[in-house]
Amino acid sequence: MNDRDFIIDRYKDLLTTYLNGKNETALYKGQQFSRKLIEQQISPEDVVSHHINVLNELFPDMTEEMKDAFDFLLEVMIGYGFAYREHQSLRTRQRQLESEIEVAASMQQTLLISDVPTVDSLDIGVKSVPAKKMNGDYFNFVKDDKSISVAVADIIGKGIPAALCMSMIKYAMDSLPEQRMQPNLLLENLNRVVEQNVHPNMFITMLYGLYDTDVHKFYYAGAGHEPGFFYKAATDEFEDMFAKGLVLGVSRTTKYKEYEKQLDPGDMIILLSDGVTECRTSKGFIERDEIVALIRENMHKPAQEIVDSVFHELERLQEFELRDDFTLLILKRMV
Amino acid sequence: MNLQIRHEETNGVHYLTLAGEVDAYTAPKLKEMLVPLTEVKNTQIVIDLANIDYMDSTGLGIFVGALKSTKKNDGTLKLRGMTERVKRLFEITGLTEVMDIDNEVKGEAR
Repeated sequence: MNDRDFIIDRYKDLLTTYLNGKNETALYKGQQFSRKLIEQQISPEDVVSHHINVLNELFPDMTEEMKDAFDFLLEVMIGYGFAYREHQSLRTRQRQLESEIEVAASMQQTLLISDVPTVDSLDIGVKSVPAKKMNGDYFNFVKDDKSISVAVADIIGKGIPAALCMSMIKYAMDSLPEQRMQPNLLLENLNRVVEQNVHPNMFITMLYGLYDTDVHKFYYAGAGHEPGFFYKAATDEFEDMFAKGLVLGVSRTTKYKEYEKQLDPGDMIILLSDGVTECRTSKGFIERDEIVALIRENMHKPAQEIVDSVFHELERLQEFELRDDFTLLILKRMV
Repeated sequence: MNLQIRHEETNGVHYLTLAGEVDAYTAPKLKEMLVPLTEVKNTQIVIDLANIDYMDSTGLGIFVGALKSTKKNDGTLKLRGMTERVKRLFEITGLTEVMDIDNEVKGEAR
């Protein structure tokens, strides 16, 4: 007896049990049985046809009208069966696409991964988590003899187009080594590349900075990026780190301004993406003050633990469903 | 959430009044309405955002696209009546510097 015959037999049993007892258990078994039918790829019209056969056996005296009515139902179900099979083949196709996106996403990760540099004088922590499979946030570190450069960017638009755009940013930045020491010039060059190459609706926000490990100064410039925070240990205060400038990709001739901060031991530079500050909970938006409070609560910990703790708390507040990509990065001067 | 768009034309000026949210879900609707207007030569467009309580960066992208397109076609694009939250988004991204934005509320003395 093959599986299909077995299933027909089983259907007859189930139906008889139900007709005799009409109890909940038999109904529940019927529900479970439908899963078996799907597994065996038995179409809806086949099920109706089995039903008719079983009824014919159980009630040989069925009226002609009843029989005709069942034939009519069978015709109706054939169209339904077609739609069902089409749905099945779309599901297969969807699974294929998903696995392709999976491959692309892991390729993006490999391409864009940035090692967090280690230097004695700085404690660095980074957390970057995509809301969907592909991350629209980007961060990058480059370590030189006497400096560390850091970029945090948010590509507007989500998913695959944003990911492709990000690869462009990475390679454009790699090809501008001489501007790495001058944040404003780097942004001006990058802006021209982006302006020429992206769709009019797309743009990029970026904060680019250079930390001089000799004199402990942080030089930075911003292109419409969500402001970070600067923590001054001496006064135990957080301030907004504004870096005014137009987003990349809007106007070819945009000029950027360079800012600087002097860091003493214990001072922190906190950079983020708008996924951190634009996070929405059932109670409304999370305000920047609340982010500061979260950082303050955790700031006795090493930098990596601070960013991890802030992320977990915000994730919890959003009921574990990120709406936007999240990137938080902390540079803390140690000695 | 949803986005409602009202479109009126008075003396050759197109007035769009928006209400609701401009985000990744509603942005295509706005784009469909706005882009064809911006592609006509010398068009004047005024967009009222007083009833927009949320806009995300995808929404902002539509306005950036519209700005580029109006400039290319010698038209003008004016935004007005932003709420604080929306205004902050335009300020941080530096777009207040390149766009024609009028946030004065009618009748309010300043």
